Amino acid sequence: MTYIAKPRLHHPTLAANKLGYTRRDYEGKISTLCAGCGHDSISAAIIQACWELDLEPHRVAKLSGIGCSSKTPDYFLGNSHGFNSVHGRMPSVLTGANLANRDLIYLGVSGDGDSASIGIGQFAHVMRRGVNMVYLVENNGVYGLTKGQFSATADQGSQSKRGVVNSDAPVDLVALALQLGATFVARSFSGDKAQLVPLIKAAIVHPGAAFIDVISPCVAFNNHAGSTKSYEYVRGHNEPVNRIDFDYWPKREEITVDYPAGEVISVTQHDGSVLRLRKLAPDYDPHNRITAMNYVQEHQAKGEVVTGLLYVDPDPEDLHRHLNTFDAPFNTLGAKDLCPGAAALEKINAALR
Amino acid sequence: MKPTDIRDPSYFHKVVDCQWACPAHTPVPEYIRLIAQGRYDDAYMVNWYSNVFPGVLGRTCDRPCEPACRRGRVEDGQSKEPVAICRLKRVAADNKSDIRARLPKAAKQKNGKRIALIGAGPASLTVARDLAPLGYHLVVYDQDPQGGGMMRTQIPKFRLPESVLDEEVAYITDLGLELRLGQRVDSLKAVLAEGYDAVFVGCGAPRGRDLDIPGRAQAAAHIHIGIDWLSSVSFGHIDSIGKRVIVLGGGNTAMDCCRSSKRLGGEDVKVIVRSGYEEMKASPWEKEDATHEGIPILNFLVPKAFIHDNGRLTGMSFEKVKAEYDAKGRRRLLPTGEPDQHFECDDVLVAIGQENAFPWIERDLGIEFDQWGMPKVDEVTMASTLRGVFFGGDAAFGPKNIIWAVAHGHEAAISIDQLCNGEDIRTRPAPMVNLVSQKMGIHEWSYDNEVSLDQRFKVPWNDVRVTLKNIKLEVEKGFDAATAFKEAQRCLNCDAQTVFSASLCIECDACVDICPMDCITFTANAEEDELRQRLNAPALNSAQDLYVSTTLKTGRIMAKDEDVCLHCGLCAERCPTGAWDMQKFFLEMTHAGPSCRDKHAAPGRKAA
Ligand SMILES: Cc1cc2nc3c(=O)[nH]c(=O)nc-3n(C[C@H](O)[C@H](O)[C@H](O)COP(=O)(O)OP(=O)(O)OC[C@H]3O[C@@H](n4cnc5c(N)ncnc54)[C@H](O)[C@@H]3O)c2cc1C
Ligand SMILES: Cc1ncc(C[n+]2csc(CCOP(=O)(O)OP(=O)(O)O)c2C)c(N)n1
Ligand code: SF4
Ligand code: SF4
Ligand code: SF4
Ligand SMILES: [Mg+2]
Repeated sequence: MTYIAKPRLHHPTLAANKLGYTRRDYEGKISTLCAGCGHDSISAAIIQACWELDLEPHRVAKLSGIGCSSKTPDYFLGNSHGFNSVHGRMPSVLTGANLANRDLIYLGVSGDGDSASIGIGQFAHVMRRGVNMVYLVENNGVYGLTKGQFSATADQGSQSKRGVVNSDAPVDLVALALQLGATFVARSFSGDKAQLVPLIKAAIVHPGAAFIDVISPCVAFNNHAGSTKSYEYVRGHNEPVNRIDFDYWPKREEITVDYPAGEVISVTQHDGSVLRLRKLAPDYDPHNRITAMNYVQEHQAKGEVVTGLLYVDPDPEDLHRHLNTFDAPFNTLGAKDLCPGAAALEKINAALR
Repeated sequence: MKPTDIRDPSYFHKVVDCQWACPAHTPVPEYIRLIAQGRYDDAYMVNWYSNVFPGVLGRTCDRPCEPACRRGRVEDGQSKEPVAICRLKRVAADNKSDIRARLPKAAKQKNGKRIALIGAGPASLTVARDLAPLGYHLVVYDQDPQGGGMMRTQIPKFRLPESVLDEEVAYITDLGLELRLGQRVDSLKAVLAEGYDAVFVGCGAPRGRDLDIPGRAQAAAHIHIGIDWLSSVSFGHIDSIGKRVIVLGGGNTAMDCCRSSKRLGGEDVKVIVRSGYEEMKASPWEKEDATHEGIPILNFLVPKAFIHDNGRLTGMSFEKVKAEYDAKGRRRLLPTGEPDQHFECDDVLVAIGQENAFPWIERDLGIEFDQWGMPKVDEVTMASTLRGVFFGGDAAFGPKNIIWAVAHGHEAAISIDQLCNGEDIRTRPAPMVNLVSQKMGIHEWSYDNEVSLDQRFKVPWNDVRVTLKNIKLEVEKGFDAATAFKEAQRCLNCDAQTVFSASLCIECDACVDICPMDCITFTANAEEDELRQRLNAPALNSAQDLYVSTTLKTGRIMAKDEDVCLHCGLCAERCPTGAWDMQKFFLEMTHAGPSCRDKHAAPGRKAA
């Protein structure tokens, strides 16, 4: 916890984006999390991604549940909309908000406790429904806010700070998201911004349910030997399948370098932007949901942490398409549009008699 | 890059930009914090040990520290203004209580060594202050009746009240010196014949440059050499001037001449300069002060002739020029071809430069002079080519300023002390340094780490209608305590150093994320030039160092750009392992005395 506000002064070369904002303009209040918490690095990555995408802060809504991770929306995008919901209930609030105003960019921030324990039902349904959002779990394997109890993502056999061994099988949120129909699934590490920032950018641009599982060490309760969510363990077992080359992203015409065949996968997105994925695992195909699930599970069994863009559907459908809703956001419709009047009601009723 | 060796005292010294730039290396942030705490006596003493004349310098210093101040690099927007370091010094001097009990005493026991000091300006007085408490018998010669040198004879009283100077000169003369005031030295040979153990020449640069153009001889009665005129004013020999005055020259002497004229009857006073406004030698604040008093400064006019009516000065003519730069960037002043300009006047003050003159030093004593008539002086030891004869202040390398004279004085005193103890004067003493953690609680530091966003505060002036009527009335009023506090809070505490321990770092990035200035990067090592380009924010100011760690667990290094660090301590607050710590670096120059002798020598400091 830091008591002074971060000084407004900044580096003399700090650049402005197309909107005239600097990266610092996307910051929020000073973090109250423990010094060294991975969650703070993820906040910094979100700030960087939004700045690079030239997002207008008033077009973003950040929603969260309860936990250290769920506190973080206070520490970035200080000029955006925010909703701090109850424990595990962020997905339904986000779904409602998205239905009411489809024009905003939805950023759901949650923890492994918030999403894999109390909120696992909500997590499952928001993925199934294909809500257009970025759903980011800051995964530290513990309930940080309540002093470090194992969460449902803690690996079987991993040890708590006091040496207690976790005997329960873990929930793998990546596997769940793949199985439940998320159209963009990635995993990353809070300590690797070069990988994480482009993933967040790609997830924001993705017009469907985008899920990112970010391993985010809890320095206070889960950063010891015997933990599989520590800085050292993740660094030692990180197996990236690919990297988004953000130099050549997002517009097609900016692609100038030719890679040798087989080294790069280009994913043309719905809006015409192109994701350039540099392959790190030669045979990995991010277009195939089934092989992705197998790959992740196989490596998980070996104790490895597979990271990168694991699956992407270039032409996803979302909740609004499923429901065939009106193009304009509901919250812009007036009483007249929403209430067709007594005569129309009479007509509908008559048709049902 | 090689890992930074923070044990080298100059590494963190450079980070304290102001202290590094100060010729006497005054511990600036230390005294500014003391002022903020209202500890004016302590703040004064920190200054007094380093720069000898805090009250004088707090009003008159050339302040090389201020252009160096970090604040000037990190402030936002248009105004990038340094901390008012100089005027804060004055606050300490003005608000202190009687500190005489804390000053060194005259030595009870003399050491039998006799030293002659020629001139009683700041250079000689500094030598005296450093040596007198050690038991040296010091004989001070000056042609003037009082000590102080040009601080007394040149700097006008409206910038430096006599009482302030008297007090600080007395702190030194009370140390039991033998004063031979009112005695001009006409022969160094004669002084040497008195058998001194060492002689220090601190006679300044006493000669004002003249302007040999038509009419100079004929109109001489109303043409005055600036520094001669100022000293006559100072001694009360001159108390009036004509109504219309032209001051020639663009340096600080010209500014003192014009402002003094305004107070002695000059109504239409103007400064006329060959060069452009920006290239004028005068400090920006001196020009500002003259302008504030309604004195116009006319530029790009080269004096052509003094116009007179049978010996009675009536005006001057000038050629209009413009500046042109050749391929090498050298400036030349070329006539514009416009007709000459003529200005009427009753008096002219010539303030176009100051020169050294050593007519009283015989050239066969073994003291070598160069082709320009300057003595050959070692820049570190201040020694001349004659063993036992030292130079300092304006006499050594031409006209500079008070703080350089003080710095030279300290170094010469060390040399004299070493010489008299049979030691090698080329082995210079190391400074005294100390590096201590400032951590007091989990997130609490012994210094106020919040960064003030206030802009520089202006020192209030007395009403110009009043100050122009009385040449002895000080123009500036000095900061009041409340403003001084706020100005002191602008100081970034650059001596609170960010100290990195590679073995503790877990590479969590917390410091990188929090740093408001993007100073910190974890990256693969490279040569300095390449590394500077690929940090999180490019480190383009090569005058400021990169702080580079040993290799970390991931094979990367930590590289911190010292250039724009705010010393806000947030990196240390956000570090989970204490790999960053804020540690106060205190450096004090070693002065003459037992601790400056050989066995304490710094390996790095050796004179040529
Ligand atoms: C108009 C003017 C304004 C200035 N304003 C400032 C200012 O605001 N801030 C600043 O930092 N600097 C200022 N300076 C410069 C500063 O005064 C000098 O750099 C400084 O005083 C030099 O100190 P010193 O000890 O070398 O010699 P000086 O101060 O020049 O002292 C030399 C002394 O030696 C005496 N002396 C010389 N020859 C002999 C001899 N043969 N026998 C006996 N005595 C002798 C002289 O009478 C004099 O008292 C100013 C200079 C001038 C001319
Ligand atoms: C309904 C409800 N049940 C339990 C809690 C107590 N609680 C607060 S935070 C938390 C777990 C948070 O864990 P996670 O989402 O992993 O966040 P972290 O702190 O690890 O980032 C729990 C169980 C609560 N606040 N509300
Ligand atoms: S308890 Fe753990 S998760 Fe919570 S702020 Fe501290 S380090 Fe982060
Ligand atoms: S003290 Fe630390 S956080 Fe503050 S500016 Fe300097 S490096 Fe950055
Ligand atoms: S905050 Fe501390 S442990 Fe983390 S990267 Fe910085 S120095 Fe290393
Ligand atoms: Mg958690």
